[in-house]
Amino acid sequence: MSLQDFINDAISPWMNNEGNDSDIVLSTRIRLARNLEQVPFPTSQDQESQQKVLQHVEQEFNEQSYESFKQFQLVKIGELEPIEKRVLVEKHLISPNLAENTETGAVLISENEQASIMVNEEDHLRIQLYYPGFELSEALQQAQKLDDWFEERTRYAFDEHKGYLTSCPTNVGTGLRASIMMHLPALTITNQMNQIVPEINKLGLVVRGIYGEGSEALGQLYQISNQMTLGKSEEDIVEDLKSVVKQVIESERKAREWIMQQSGIQLEDRIFRSYGVLAHSRIIESKEAAKCLSDVRLGIDIGLIKNVSKNILNELMVLTQPGFLQHYAKKSLHPNERDWFRANLIRERLQLEQYKN
Amino acid sequence: MQCQKCHDHEAAVHYTQVVNGQKKEVHLCEQCAHEEGYMNFTNESLSLHHFLTNMFPFDQAVNQQPKEQVQRNQVMTCEGCGLTYAQFRRKGKFGCSQCYETFDSYLNPIFKRVHSGNTEHVGKIPKRIGGQLHKRKEIDQLKKELQQLIEDENFEEAAHIRDRIRTLNQEIDESNKGGDA
Repeated sequence: MSLQDFINDAISPWMNNEGNDSDIVLSTRIRLARNLEQVPFPTSQDQESQQKVLQHVEQEFNEQSYESFKQFQLVKIGELEPIEKRVLVEKHLISPNLAENTETGAVLISENEQASIMVNEEDHLRIQLYYPGFELSEALQQAQKLDDWFEERTRYAFDEHKGYLTSCPTNVGTGLRASIMMHLPALTITNQMNQIVPEINKLGLVVRGIYGEGSEALGQLYQISNQMTLGKSEEDIVEDLKSVVKQVIESERKAREWIMQQSGIQLEDRIFRSYGVLAHSRIIESKEAAKCLSDVRLGIDIGLIKNVSKNILNELMVLTQPGFLQHYAKKSLHPNERDWFRANLIRERLQLEQYKN
Repeated sequence: MQCQKCHDHEAAVHYTQVVNGQKKEVHLCEQCAHEEGYMNFTNESLSLHHFLTNMFPFDQAVNQQPKEQVQRNQVMTCEGCGLTYAQFRRKGKFGCSQCYETFDSYLNPIFKRVHSGNTEHVGKIPKRIGGQLHKRKEIDQLKKELQQLIEDENFEEAAHIRDRIRTLNQEIDESNKGGDA
């Protein structure tokens, strides 16, 4: 497989479009949790009813299209190789939890990989929609339409008082989780995230690092999402998240300007050192790669690095994860080998940029 | 060390439980540990599980009740999926939609803590139910009117209202029958 083919395989088609505020917001995700009426939830471990749900989805929705979501393909987890499963997880098309359900787990993916519907995760259906950049209103609107399309052929578990019934009490009501993935290097460098995160939490929103464990945000990528799903309409949930994200975007822009003014040459040095590491290293750990990629992306966004495509951060953050590395190597790799392979892949990817120019 | 349960495999999970000051050690192989529920959480659900069990007011609620009632609550079982109250308490997850009714009296304090004091859904309503909701509200309204008309001895008008209620009820019944899965 050529590197270009591999990248095409790794990058979902929707990621190639540029959305609003794409210098800071990488992507928008809407997720709706839904269950079928009178069928025990997947958490009950009742295989027979899970099979019924799977059959229903296969019969009604496999190879169907709805408006811009063309040709939904049903992929059964049990029929995938371990590396294939890992690749789907790394592309955020399925959750690690679903990847473990080899008996009845499945995912319905649209051709452009923008919509993916997980079947028999914690809930019968988890409708997910991705948009590039900051696109909350459009994403919600499309998710609602997709939900209506499902509802035409499915009877959802719904209660007048409690709304959509879900297996976890944290999702009941709207079943809606709206998330924004943001690149916040300047707020991180200036140590402002430590103050911002508790403030955002007070507003009923959750901030977490996307890659990496616990509080450490690898690649200075953060996800902000709503926590509350009951007692607020979908539109209000999205509006509240939107206003907070707007403020964070403003703060990040100000912080970028401030660093440029205060310590422009240090920042420039940091960015080009990171570029040098990516362009020349022979062994690189995922943590270092993430840090350098974040610096380079910042360099592109503030105009210091030219002739390198903006997508490089999104792309290489996905590509350099263990599943993809092994998919590219076509064999399983020992962690040491992965660091070596990762360095190779990043170098080749940067060279590809040079040929383009 | 051998697994205490199957005695077939090497024990891989070692667990120390302290119950009423009595220390109990558990040594299981990975598979048995899974079956016994010692490993049933991935990273994410581990934190969520802790988050939930910490915020569930179970213990508090249970401690305040007389002993008999506690025992009855512990064996309270959902008819829909067989989940017991104790299992729900441990997992923090429902087994089916009926659980919401079965454990109803315990849920509002949980919802309030998770959803900033809210217990009522105000968002989207499925189209199928949306129509019914309107009809049911109309029926409630018509019933009040009917009562008033009977009190006023306006029986002719009352008969009209009664027929309208009947029609609405039939429509609800029919839409309940239609559709599958």
